[in-house]
Amino acid sequence: MIVDIAIIAAKAFLVVFMVLNLAGVLGWVERKGSALIQDRIGANRASIFGFAGLGLVNTLIADPLKFLTKEDFIPPAGDKFLHTLAPCMALFPALVTFAVIPFGDVLTWGDRVINLQVANLNIGILYVFAMGSLGVYGIVIGAWASNNKFSLLGGVRGSAQMISYEVAMGLSVIGILMVYGTLELQEIARGQGTLIGEFLPESWRFSKAAIGWLPAWGIFLQPLAFLLFFTAAVAETKRVPFDLPEGESEIVAGYHVEYSGGKFLMFFAGEFAEIVTAAALMTTLFLGGWQLGLPARWLPEPGWLLWGAQIAAFVLKMAFFQFLFVWVRWTLPRFRYDQLMNLGWKGLLPLSLANLAVTAILVVYGVVGH
Amino acid sequence: MIDPRLVLVLSAVLLALGVVGVLTRRGAISILMCVELMLNAGNLAFITFARLNGGPEAQIFVFFVMALAAAEAAAGLAIVIALFRLRGTTDVDEINLLKW
Amino acid sequence: MELIAFFVLALLLIASAIVVITNRNPVSAAVALAFNLVSIAGLYMVLDAQFIGLLQVIVYAGAIMVLILFVIMLLNLREEVKAHPAGTFQRVLAPVTALLFAVVIGRAVWLTAPSTFPEKTEGFGTAASLGKELFTRFYYPFEAISLLLVVAMIGAVLLAKRKLS
Repeated sequence: MIVDIAIIAAKAFLVVFMVLNLAGVLGWVERKGSALIQDRIGANRASIFGFAGLGLVNTLIADPLKFLTKEDFIPPAGDKFLHTLAPCMALFPALVTFAVIPFGDVLTWGDRVINLQVANLNIGILYVFAMGSLGVYGIVIGAWASNNKFSLLGGVRGSAQMISYEVAMGLSVIGILMVYGTLELQEIARGQGTLIGEFLPESWRFSKAAIGWLPAWGIFLQPLAFLLFFTAAVAETKRVPFDLPEGESEIVAGYHVEYSGGKFLMFFAGEFAEIVTAAALMTTLFLGGWQLGLPARWLPEPGWLLWGAQIAAFVLKMAFFQFLFVWVRWTLPRFRYDQLMNLGWKGLLPLSLANLAVTAILVVYGVVGH
Repeated sequence: MIDPRLVLVLSAVLLALGVVGVLTRRGAISILMCVELMLNAGNLAFITFARLNGGPEAQIFVFFVMALAAAEAAAGLAIVIALFRLRGTTDVDEINLLKW
Repeated sequence: MELIAFFVLALLLIASAIVVITNRNPVSAAVALAFNLVSIAGLYMVLDAQFIGLLQVIVYAGAIMVLILFVIMLLNLREEVKAHPAGTFQRVLAPVTALLFAVVIGRAVWLTAPSTFPEKTEGFGTAASLGKELFTRFYYPFEAISLLLVVAMIGAVLLAKRKLS
């Protein structure tokens, strides 16, 4: 009993540790990656005894210290309690969503079977959407408590954008649910271990030869859903090209204009943690999660080498998606607000419904899925 | 294990708190929020009974109550907005056009 | 273990409900109500109704409360004024009546409800069992409620629109 609780506590601690560290590293990737894309050097001035570490010292040590030692300013006419509560409400859902994401297969330690996932809910995906819905509160409360017109404008725009793209995100995932036949994320990750050839009916020999050798990852079985989910995830995390709520040139930093110091760091870290979570979700649903693909047949199973390789595969795939977020940010210009809302409601929503209908027909006729 | 009677008493207490809110608050939106409290108290009682009986019927009832609460909140808030545009306040003591 | 979770959640529930009915600032009351709704979702999870619990977070705490917050911000509502002096009688009578109400219902429940939960049936509270019932036995109510939601949406838009004249 105590050992069970200790194992769950260790997993939870590990997950939060990993997310926060990845959020920090993502800040460094953002600065250096943007520098690479824009053909400049990036931040490299802060150094310890001359060791600048490619800008790591700057981003991971100097910047947080700067944020934490700044004055904590609360607008005098704003609501003090809500002003302090808002960054916490923004950071909390991003960390907690990671509880249902599987970062590896089962581990056998002695006679215990440990599932490498903090909580194996049998409605795992719904939990992710629930926490995504809660993410709107940080923006709304932060905007209101700042008692500032620009802040309120940014906050209202941001929350309207988030709730619009949540709909498209949810609907695009239903296709994946139909193909893999389950709501549990660990089962979806496991179901991507086979090759597509085993999904298709026997008589489709040409298709089996053409695409049957691909692993049954979500990105191959549901390509449109992947594009829709990626777009919706970028909009949910309020990254460029959807970052009008915090638009730097239009409304001065939008809903976090009145935040400084530690609270701004929490908003900032919350945004990066959301990117980490969205990337992890995309790997689990579309890129096979911790599945290794072909190399899994060459490693001794079960064994620590296999488990380490699976966790490493998960982290690498997640890192790829995080870099994709950074790449998209520094490549595309910003959407105007009405273009943004048009895209969400008139573009993504009908497309995701069409994807749902086509997938449903294919599943009913036994072409794919269960 | 939990005593179902405790959960039902909790639901009754929540209902009573909602009633106090509706009777004492002055803002129209605050009254709507207390009505949502009462609806949730009812939902909690339904789920307790669903767990006692073991079937999905009561949970489906809760599902419908939630959908209805959403529709009612939307329509009620639209009425409050229209009223605010007309009278300039959401204070229910001021919205007494039908009084002589 | 479940008893501890239940008592903590019940405490949060009552505390946030009291904040909702007493705090004069509408935004604080709305945030307290959101907290309340999430605590109720926690109670649903303790009672093994997982699907309904998550649906509560998504629909109630994630959509309805955000709608209420939007409207409060749109109308820029500030703190409520203190109640009119002539309403003191009402403000004393309301809690007394509600207390009486709670006592009557509480006692009725205490005497008639069973005192332990039976074992959980297989598949209770999962999406599969609810979905199966919803799309076979309760198909007509399901379609009717989708129609109702569309009607409510159209009605809300029409009511809140600015007149074009």
